[in-house]
Amino acid sequence: MSEWLAPNSFQHRQYAHCESGAVAGLLNHAGLPLSEALVFGLGGGLFFGYVPFVKLNGFPLMTYRCYPGGIFKRVTHSLRCPVVQKRYRHPQQAMAELDRLLEQGHVVGLQTSVFWLPYIPAALRFHFNAHNLLVIGKEGSRYRISDPVVSDLTWCEEEDLCRARFARGALAPKGRCYYLQGPPQVTDLRPALVHGMQVVCRDMLAPIPVGGIRGMRFMACAMEQWEQRYGVRKARYCLAQLIRMQEEIGTGGGGFRFIYAAFLQEAAVQLHCEKLEALSDRLTAIGDAWREFALSAARCCKGRDETVTYHSLGQQVLDCANQEDALFRELRETTRTLKHQLKGL
Amino acid sequence: MRKQDVPQDVGVFESESVVNYALDGEGRYCLTPTQGWMPVNEANRLAWEEIQQQLNLVRSQIAAGQLSSLAYYMSRALMDVSLLAQYSGFARWRVKRHLKPGPFSRLNAEQLAVYAWLFGVAPEALRQLPEEDVLPVSLEGESHV
Repeated sequence: MSEWLAPNSFQHRQYAHCESGAVAGLLNHAGLPLSEALVFGLGGGLFFGYVPFVKLNGFPLMTYRCYPGGIFKRVTHSLRCPVVQKRYRHPQQAMAELDRLLEQGHVVGLQTSVFWLPYIPAALRFHFNAHNLLVIGKEGSRYRISDPVVSDLTWCEEEDLCRARFARGALAPKGRCYYLQGPPQVTDLRPALVHGMQVVCRDMLAPIPVGGIRGMRFMACAMEQWEQRYGVRKARYCLAQLIRMQEEIGTGGGGFRFIYAAFLQEAAVQLHCEKLEALSDRLTAIGDAWREFALSAARCCKGRDETVTYHSLGQQVLDCANQEDALFRELRETTRTLKHQLKGL
Repeated sequence: MRKQDVPQDVGVFESESVVNYALDGEGRYCLTPTQGWMPVNEANRLAWEEIQQQLNLVRSQIAAGQLSSLAYYMSRALMDVSLLAQYSGFARWRVKRHLKPGPFSRLNAEQLAVYAWLFGVAPEALRQLPEEDVLPVSLEGESHV
C-alpha cells in the first residue's frame, strides 16, 4: 500500500466536466486540493473546433473543448506528477488488472463509453466514448464508482463496466485506465498556471481554419448554408447537436466558457493579477452570449420563431468569435508579462 | 450567469441534477446544481425524434421484406453498419448481408447469440420485432419555447 494514499478516504464531489473532474478527484485524493476549474485551466481545456469533413454519427464534428485525454496529459505533466496510463487488448486482462490495482489501494481512472453505463439517465446514453470516471473499490461483482458528473457514488456491475471500457467506434477507449503513481512534485503552481493559459491562447488563436476563433468564424459562415446543404430536417438536427455539445452534461454551461472564467478568477488570486479578474468578467459575458445563442438555436429547431434564421444564428456566433478573439489576444499579452515577472523573481 | 438565473427545467437528467458554474452575490464563481435547461431538453428530444423516425422507416422496410429484423435492433441500439461490425466482430460485408431477410434467417445459433448478447435480448426474440419502440424520452409532450 502506497503511503501517500489514505485508503477508503476518497471524497466524492460532483463536478461539471468529466475529464477535469476525474483528474481533480485523483489529485485531491493524492493530497493536492485543486478545484475543477483550476484543473481545467492548467490542462488548457478550452477550445473550439468545427470540422465538417469529419463526421460523428453523420454530423460535422463540433467541439468546445480540447481533445479527450488532453487535460489529463497536460495537468499531470505540468504538475510533474508520475502517472501510469494503459490500454489493453483483452477485456479479462484489463478487469483483472483493475481488481489488482484496487486491492493495492489505488483510485483508478477509466475512459468509458456512456452508452453502456446503466446509472446514466437513459436519454443521455449515446455512443460517446470519451467519458471519464473513477473506480474506488469493489464488492462482489460490483464496482464502486465515483462518476464526476453524478451527484453521489454509484455502483456498476462488472459486465456493464467491462462493456463500457471496451466500447467500439470513434475514440474507442480500448480499456484505457490511468492512476497516479505518486503525489505531484510541484509546489509553486504559478508557472503551470501561466503555461496553461498560454496553451489555450495558442490553440484559440491558431492559424488553422477549423480550430479556435477561425473555427468559430468558419462555422458562422457554414451555418448559413446548412439548410441548403443538409436539407431543412437534417440542418435542425445539426443545430440540436451543436446545442448538446455546448450545454448538455459536462460543460458547466456556455460551452466551458464559465468554467474557464472561474479558472481565470482563481488564477487572478494566485498570481495577484487584476487584469485576469477583468478578463474573467468579460469571458462570463461571452459565456452568456453563448447561452443566448443556444436559446435562439432551440427556438430555431422548434420552428416557432420566424425571426431566428440560420443567418442570424451565424451572426451570433460571429459576435462571440469577435469578442473571444479580442479577449484571447489580451490574455496572450498578459501571460507574456506574467511570465517575465515570474522569471524576475 | 448569476446563481439565481441558473435554470431548473426538469427534462433529460430526470431526477438527477448536474452542476453549472454561476456567479454568487459577490461575483465569485461557484458550483450550482441545475435540473436541466430547456434548449438542452429540446435538442435532446430532437435527437430522439430522429431515432424514432429511423425506427419507423426500418419497421416499414422490414414489413416490406427489404430488411431483416436485425436492422431494427441495430437502429434501436443507435448503431450503423460499421459500428455493429466492430462490436460483433463480423466483417462489414457480412453485417450488411445479415441485414437482408434471407441470409438472416439462415444464421446459426452461434452467430445469432453474438447479436443477442450485444442487444441484450434472447436469441429467439431477435427474429421478431417488439410491439412498441421503447425510447427514454416521451416525444408527445411538447415543451414550450
